[in-house]
Amino acid sequence: MPTTKAITEPTCAVLPNAAQSAGASTMTGGSRSLLSVSSLTVQDVSDILRLATLLEAEEPVARALRLARRRVALLFYESSTRTRTSFELAAKGLGADTALISSQSSSIEKGESLRDTGLTLRALGAECIILRHLSSGAPYLLASATGLPILNAGDGMHEHPSQALLDVRTMLSALKRPENTAGETLLAGITVSIVGDILHSRVARSNALLLPRLGARVILCGPPALLPELALELGPGITIERDFDRALKQSEIVMMLRIQKERLTGVHIDLDEYTTRYQLHRGRLRAHGPQAIVMHPGPMIRGLEITSDVADGPQSVIEQQVRNGVAIRMALIHRALEPVQPVAGRKSAPVRAAKRLPAKKRGGS
Amino acid sequence: MNSILIRGGRVVDPSAGIDAARDLLLKDGRVAAIEAPGKLAAAAKQADAEIVEAVGLVVAPGLVDIHVHLREPGQGYKETIASGTAAAAAGGFTTVCAMPNTIPVNDSVETTRWMQGAERNSSARVFPIAAATRGSMGEALTEYGSLKAAGAVAVSDDGKPILGEAIMHQALAAAARAGLPVIQHAEDTRITGGCSMNAGALAFRLGLRGMPVAAEAGLVERDLRLLAELKGGRAHLHVAHLSTAAALDAVRRARRNGLHVTCEVAPHHFVLTESAVGEYNTNAKMNPPLRAESDRKAMLEGLLDGSIDCIATDHAPHAAHEKEQEFERAPNGITGLESALGLTLDLLHRKHKVSLSRLITLLSTQPANLLNLKGRGSLAVGSFADVVLFDPVAEWTFRVSATRSKSTNSPFDGWTMRGKVRMTISEGRIVYRGE
Repeated sequence: MPTTKAITEPTCAVLPNAAQSAGASTMTGGSRSLLSVSSLTVQDVSDILRLATLLEAEEPVARALRLARRRVALLFYESSTRTRTSFELAAKGLGADTALISSQSSSIEKGESLRDTGLTLRALGAECIILRHLSSGAPYLLASATGLPILNAGDGMHEHPSQALLDVRTMLSALKRPENTAGETLLAGITVSIVGDILHSRVARSNALLLPRLGARVILCGPPALLPELALELGPGITIERDFDRALKQSEIVMMLRIQKERLTGVHIDLDEYTTRYQLHRGRLRAHGPQAIVMHPGPMIRGLEITSDVADGPQSVIEQQVRNGVAIRMALIHRALEPVQPVAGRKSAPVRAAKRLPAKKRGGS
Repeated sequence: MNSILIRGGRVVDPSAGIDAARDLLLKDGRVAAIEAPGKLAAAAKQADAEIVEAVGLVVAPGLVDIHVHLREPGQGYKETIASGTAAAAAGGFTTVCAMPNTIPVNDSVETTRWMQGAERNSSARVFPIAAATRGSMGEALTEYGSLKAAGAVAVSDDGKPILGEAIMHQALAAAARAGLPVIQHAEDTRITGGCSMNAGALAFRLGLRGMPVAAEAGLVERDLRLLAELKGGRAHLHVAHLSTAAALDAVRRARRNGLHVTCEVAPHHFVLTESAVGEYNTNAKMNPPLRAESDRKAMLEGLLDGSIDCIATDHAPHAAHEKEQEFERAPNGITGLESALGLTLDLLHRKHKVSLSRLITLLSTQPANLLNLKGRGSLAVGSFADVVLFDPVAEWTFRVSATRSKSTNSPFDGWTMRGKVRMTISEGRIVYRGE
């Protein structure tokens, strides 16, 4: 029998901001937001992968009825090609109306705060906001300020959850593995090396947090200046290997990262030495990873972390990554705007009416 | 001026070694008499004193906070001297020392005097801490002698630490001649640019740049070396809001070597750890940042073993719109005046069995002595009639919605505390009455 527990004031736990204390569901837009991969259960990951496949395969006209005329705002404080375009195409593919707000051509330039910008978009009818921001944690602020579902399209050095999900989809298809196995074993037995500027990479964080939960082993590889030892504390299933060749030898998948020049503060990298030790070129790949699948979240700096022959070579799935972005992001937008019932397995799109979801409380967890 | 008889209470006055039932007569803004219960009835009647019943309450010298930001002049939207000292009174503080990072920076006799003016409507005595260098720019010393004459009790560039060795050396020497301590916010800002929390695994996971422990400890060690060079003089270094075990160890060593160094710790540094940042909670953002559990424990130990001289709140009000920003953009600091006593009673007294007398020493007697605030932090006859009456066991919930401060940036909103201020008396004037 469930017993009733009195709600007591916390005495040693810290309460969130006043604006956030209305409850967990308003704080993060509920389970419909995606701010960090750590909020996803492995079941969520499986559901998102299945939904992506289903939506991708769907007849475009039927698909465009799913979120017909629903309003999705794309709020971009940082430049982006892949992420922005694929989120936009994903929203449009589901029939939603999109509005793009970028920091250069909006009142953000006049000093409007993120909070006010979010409230303005909500007042204009936005039902979901996709946020790219240069400051880590910005999506949490937007979620608590607006109560809307927020999709994190990359926040500072923190996370890029949709990238990690599209990477998983790409890995599964490159490995010819089914995506409908139990979430915990999706990548069982697979070793993924993530190589380069781990310190400044939100892609690295999201992948390093997510992949081990799906059964993969993650090797982080890079020089100490770009990969501090405390990266190990991100979670279980992560090791550090400074020698790229040794990492490559153990890996089914190698994910290359660019050096984020814009975030290097006080870190000085000898680029010649870096390329000698960490560049993925044909010779290295042939010698130590002849079967390895090559990934890169983009943008690539050809000739620095990766050479063209590898990026465009037969082992590369870099373009598939981009392609998978649309399917994964359709699933995420659908999840953000749809009722919680699982949609996977449905044949058609019964929800046509553009009914607004209540922004607040929903039952369950 | 009217008189007040506080009777039936438990007087805790570490300066006189008293922890016993006593009645207290306040007259003309001073402590007139302190006697066994009942003995002051006639004197009180003669003085036509207001009677304050203190049965079940602790009667202690008003608390002294040597590190607050009152934001005036210049940032009255965050706090004014009136609102900040009202918050102080509600928290049991009768004396606050105001840091100079106002607009303009308090580096002048005029601003120092202005802050103490009657027009400020203070509910507690305000002692300015003047800037150690002009504009807190770290280049040229201010006029310590005349600032002291105008009422300044220390010099500091607080949030803008004095990094230059030569200028810090000069500041210590000049302050010693003037009989003032130099208060340093120990942070080597050359290695904390762009940082917004403690360095470590959590900062790494959150994608935030972290302030290393060495940024604090390194500058403390540098300052102690300069202090050692001046040994024989009367130079006094006071380390503000200590937050790391490494810096505390440096202070301990220096003290064993006979240097005149003192230090303070803020309640949040012995109550909270960096985990309070959680999902980018800007009310857990301050400088120095919340640290690891081992550092928090070291701060507690320092309080227990006496190597930390006093508790100071670093009360730093900010407007809601400033804190409701991206974590990296939000300003540092939290309010602290109204939660300090409750937190300290809970953690030090209740959990760690620190005596009330020792607790009052940390919150009143020692901070007053540190900055040489004559007649404060004591209930000895002739002292200022600065008194706090609190119920040491009453349970209450701290709510920022009920704060006297203009700002609500506290991570302790909604915390249940035990130990409630019932009355605060500043120089004989009742400035706060709690329910």
